[in-house]
Amino acid sequence: MIGIEHYVVVSSILFVLGVLGIFLNRKNVIIILMAIELILLAVNINLVAFSSFLGDLTGQVFAMFVLTVAAGEAAVGLAILVIYFRDRGTIAVEDVSQMKG
Amino acid sequence: MEPILLIVFLPLLAAIVGGLGNRALGNVAVKSITTGSLFIACALSWPIFLSFVGGHAEPHVVQVLHWVQSGSLTFDWALRVDTLTAIMLVVVTSVSALVHLYSWGYMAEDPDQPRFFAYLSLFTFAMLMLVTADNLVQMFFGWEGVGLASYLLIGFWFRKPSASAAAIKAFVVNRVGDLGFMLGIFGTFLVFNTVSIPEILVRAPSMAGSTIGFLGMQWDTMTILCILLFIGAMGKSAQLGLHTWLPDAMEGPTPVSALIHAATMVTAGVFMVCRLSPMFETSPTAMAVVTAVGAATLFFAATIGTTQWDIKRVIAYSTCSQLGYMFVAAGVGAPGAAMFHLFTHAFFKALLFLGAGSVIHAMHHEQDMRYYGGLRKHIPLTFWAMTMGTLAITGVGIVGLFGFAGFYSKDAILEAAFGAHTSIGAFGFWMGIFAALLTSFYSWRLVFLTFFGKPRWDQSEHIQHAVRDDHHGAGHHAKHDDGTAGYHPHESPINMLIPLGVLSLGAIFAGLVFNHSFISEGAGHFWQGSVVFSEELIHHMHGVPTWVKWAPFTVMITGLAIAWYGYIRNPAFPAKFAAAIKPLYTFVYNKWFFDELYDRIFVRPAFWLGEKFWKLGDQGLIDRFGPNGSAWVVVQGSRIASKLQTGFLYSYALVMLLGLTAAISWVLVH
Repeated sequence: MIGIEHYVVVSSILFVLGVLGIFLNRKNVIIILMAIELILLAVNINLVAFSSFLGDLTGQVFAMFVLTVAAGEAAVGLAILVIYFRDRGTIAVEDVSQMKG
Repeated sequence: MEPILLIVFLPLLAAIVGGLGNRALGNVAVKSITTGSLFIACALSWPIFLSFVGGHAEPHVVQVLHWVQSGSLTFDWALRVDTLTAIMLVVVTSVSALVHLYSWGYMAEDPDQPRFFAYLSLFTFAMLMLVTADNLVQMFFGWEGVGLASYLLIGFWFRKPSASAAAIKAFVVNRVGDLGFMLGIFGTFLVFNTVSIPEILVRAPSMAGSTIGFLGMQWDTMTILCILLFIGAMGKSAQLGLHTWLPDAMEGPTPVSALIHAATMVTAGVFMVCRLSPMFETSPTAMAVVTAVGAATLFFAATIGTTQWDIKRVIAYSTCSQLGYMFVAAGVGAPGAAMFHLFTHAFFKALLFLGAGSVIHAMHHEQDMRYYGGLRKHIPLTFWAMTMGTLAITGVGIVGLFGFAGFYSKDAILEAAFGAHTSIGAFGFWMGIFAALLTSFYSWRLVFLTFFGKPRWDQSEHIQHAVRDDHHGAGHHAKHDDGTAGYHPHESPINMLIPLGVLSLGAIFAGLVFNHSFISEGAGHFWQGSVVFSEELIHHMHGVPTWVKWAPFTVMITGLAIAWYGYIRNPAFPAKFAAAIKPLYTFVYNKWFFDELYDRIFVRPAFWLGEKFWKLGDQGLIDRFGPNGSAWVVVQGSRIASKLQTGFLYSYALVMLLGLTAAISWVLVH
């Protein structure tokens, strides 16, 4: 029987993968975007799992919102990336070091 | 309305109006207001004095305001009018009025005349406050007031660094004396529980012989109080040890020297000792100290006076020396003679200073007597005035017939010193006799160098400047072999000559007219208890041997003869003589190295200590660990913090995660 613990374990693994993906990654900004998607998915899994476990639909409704926001965020993020690439000719994380005063 | 109120407060009013009005009122208005009010004060003072001389005036006190009431310490602003005050009133207001008038001419080209006249009036007010004081605190107020005015006037030409330095020096050296005076006042209040002068004087004899702890030792109460007060007098009256400011004070304009540093302020110390003479009488030790310091000063200053070249410095040392005479008289128990000398000295010394000012004016601000000579024919009126002053200071006169002012007063002091029949009195007498010789020598030396002989002006830079400016545009340089460099000194304007004339009359007749009132056997009626008057001492004074009476005259003639030989007959002689006694001459010429000595033992250690405090204490400790230290911590901290700001996204994300984790953990654990 697949219980709530399995869902929580999977989503935790996904979450940790996403987080590590953000700051262990030295290659590519797109990977960061993907890592963020992973984090959001982990959250979604949690929301849906608990929703069905508790018999409360609110969690699933919320998951739909998160998906929407994630889609928008991915679109904006990619757009910025395109512009950035056009400007700098690279999207390697190593080269993005201007974010300081 | 009491005239004394007008006398004291008119100068204050004039100083305020003149000082605040300044340029808005204009030169002439301010000068008229200040000079006018001083002449009114002078005109009101003489009747008071003459009524005391006539013997039909009673000492009285005019209340002005309550001042302080705090526990058992109470005193008022009150003006005391008695014989002693009346003498000072005429001295201060007369000399001040004449100096105001004189300054019309002397300061005519100065851009800051209103300020000058306001200061002069302010000084006069403070001095009058001092001499009318009924309690020690009010006296101290006047004391500090004259100190302030003196500072302002010495530094009047404050753009000249030497004048500023001299002003500061005068102020600082006077602080030393003032500390003694203040301690004296505190001690007096401690002992008598009052600062009222009459009460102190009444109760002083009852405290004679008691002891008091000071600086961890037991002292005779009256001795320590009197000596502390006398230290104040030493500062103000430029006595040996605290005299160094007076010669430097000559940086001020000459009328200031005449008013403050000859006739009035410097005599404040003598006045104070005379005012408190019943108190000093209770301590023979303190009296001996006063005599000894006076005798040492009169000798020491006279020696220096013989070697100086600057005309004003000669007269300054002469003043210092004459103040020594006054202290000798006060110290041997003859304050009457001291006040008499103060009175006559005010006239002839102001005359000498104003005369010197007139010479300086004529010689285009040249003050070095080596560059004078032969001025008798060019400025005859100044010459005659200076001669009168010199006759007065050297004490020319025939016993029992006629004498110039100084003849009566100086001889009275010497007779009192001799007649006191004490060893310290004898010390004062012999020092006084020797200094009288020196006085005669340096005074005549001044006259001979200035007015006789051939002109030596061509060496003077001031004169050369004047001549060059005169010839500017004319385009020719005439050859002058007579030492004048083509310069023609001109006599001073009338407003400078009138004060010279009036003071000359004082220098000639002040002694003759008033000696009976001041120092005769019946003078007790004149003093009316305002100073100690000992008929016994007067008796001794009249009973001195004939040689004592003639000694001052003899040394005066000797001094005159030496000066005549050295500066008219054989002008090469002084230089040869000075070379023969070179070490002694150098010692005296450099003013006994007092300035150098003080520089070594006070000024430099003070600078050293100040630098240590500044560098080690202030910079090394307080700044280092205070403001600079905390600034350093912030800088270093932010330098470390800024290392965190790499600009790489992943490090920000890591920090964010750590922060978030920490926050959540904190919430959960809490």
